[in-house]
Amino acid sequence: MTKARQLADLGNAYDDGALSNRNMIINGAMQVAQRGTSFTGVTSTNAYHIDRFETGSGDSSSQFTVSQATAGLNGFANSLKFDCTTAQSSLGADSRVFLQQKFEGQNLQRLKKGTSDAEKITVSFYVKSTKTGTYIVELYDNDNNRQISQAYTISSSDTWEQKILTFDGDTTGSFNNDNALSLSLYWHLVAGSRYSSGTLSTSWTSTTDANRAVGQVNLADSTSNNWEITGVQLEVGDTATPFEHRSYGDELARCQRYFYRHGDFYYRKTIAQSFRTSSSDVEGVVTFPNTMRTVPTFIATSGTNYYRDYCLGSGTNLSTVGAHNIYVNNAVLQWTGHPRSAGQAGYMRANNAGATVDFDAEL
Amino acid sequence: MENNMNITSAQYNADMDGNNSGIKATIDGQEMFVPLDLANRHYAEILKQVEAGTLTIADAE
Repeated sequence: MTKARQLADLGNAYDDGALSNRNMIINGAMQVAQRGTSFTGVTSTNAYHIDRFETGSGDSSSQFTVSQATAGLNGFANSLKFDCTTAQSSLGADSRVFLQQKFEGQNLQRLKKGTSDAEKITVSFYVKSTKTGTYIVELYDNDNNRQISQAYTISSSDTWEQKILTFDGDTTGSFNNDNALSLSLYWHLVAGSRYSSGTLSTSWTSTTDANRAVGQVNLADSTSNNWEITGVQLEVGDTATPFEHRSYGDELARCQRYFYRHGDFYYRKTIAQSFRTSSSDVEGVVTFPNTMRTVPTFIATSGTNYYRDYCLGSGTNLSTVGAHNIYVNNAVLQWTGHPRSAGQAGYMRANNAGATVDFDAEL
Repeated sequence: MENNMNITSAQYNADMDGNNSGIKATIDGQEMFVPLDLANRHYAEILKQVEAGTLTIADAE
């Protein structure tokens, strides 16, 4: 790229009001993986693996390993990788597999959607796959049930390629200015006829499922197939600027608005200071590092001796931990602890590498 | 859109005053404590399945 071209692109970005914080994607370089780095047997339920990226599927017998992989791409250490482990060469009508990132409406107001000044949106990313052919990227407006799709082509097997897709602005249907889901960015990987039997919708329109992923190759048709992505950027305007690299700490903080793993597989990590409300009923407050998007769901793994409660020099192993009074900034954990007296203090820690304490406020 | 959570049980939790404070649910095989917050995706899905008649929330113990 020439210097003149770079300066022109910078000028375009300036005009679009996006010289800083221009990448609306969180964790676009796939740095943060609080839940773990490899998940086998990923199949027919929606689930988050690498932070902020949700894997989804439906009516599909295919299975994938989803992992945070070593990208081997200059400037990017990590990628998100789908590796097909159970093939489905013949798709049912409703079969589908996709990756998506979801956005809060209050973070999308700069797009001016639903006005005559609606901004174009440019999505750029690096992708490689052993399955060459046509793939579909889609923007889906959850507030107004509208969508727009574009195709891209992987032309060389197992070779990193950057794809840049610019979508028109939508003058119909504004995004709600709140903390709820307004926009989804999809990468389709498998699409049965329900999603692919029409004509690809390359202009914003009310959703017709058959027009969403027309032409999409079947990534699940062989266990030799894999697909990797990194360097994902979504920005205002018609110009793809260079990827906006952010520090790990910055990305982690952004991710923790949606998901926070308080216990992180670290054996003997302290989970909470505690006090006894009775001889063995124990409570401890967990404060989140960031205000979460909404009141989170509490999820703790359970298993024999997964946790250990201490008070006055003695301890008792626990298999499970509960919670109540959960808010966006903190929660009260509760468990049955070592017999002592009400009011006495202690602490509780992980006692097994499988012990995890999670707070989930994903969209 | 397009959540396909497998919810196999749901029961209200009550606070010390006897008021429902959340739902203890098994979702995709994992036990969760779900707050009664409409912006929470798990609670929204529970309500959706209750409305569809495919899930019942048991009373608190």
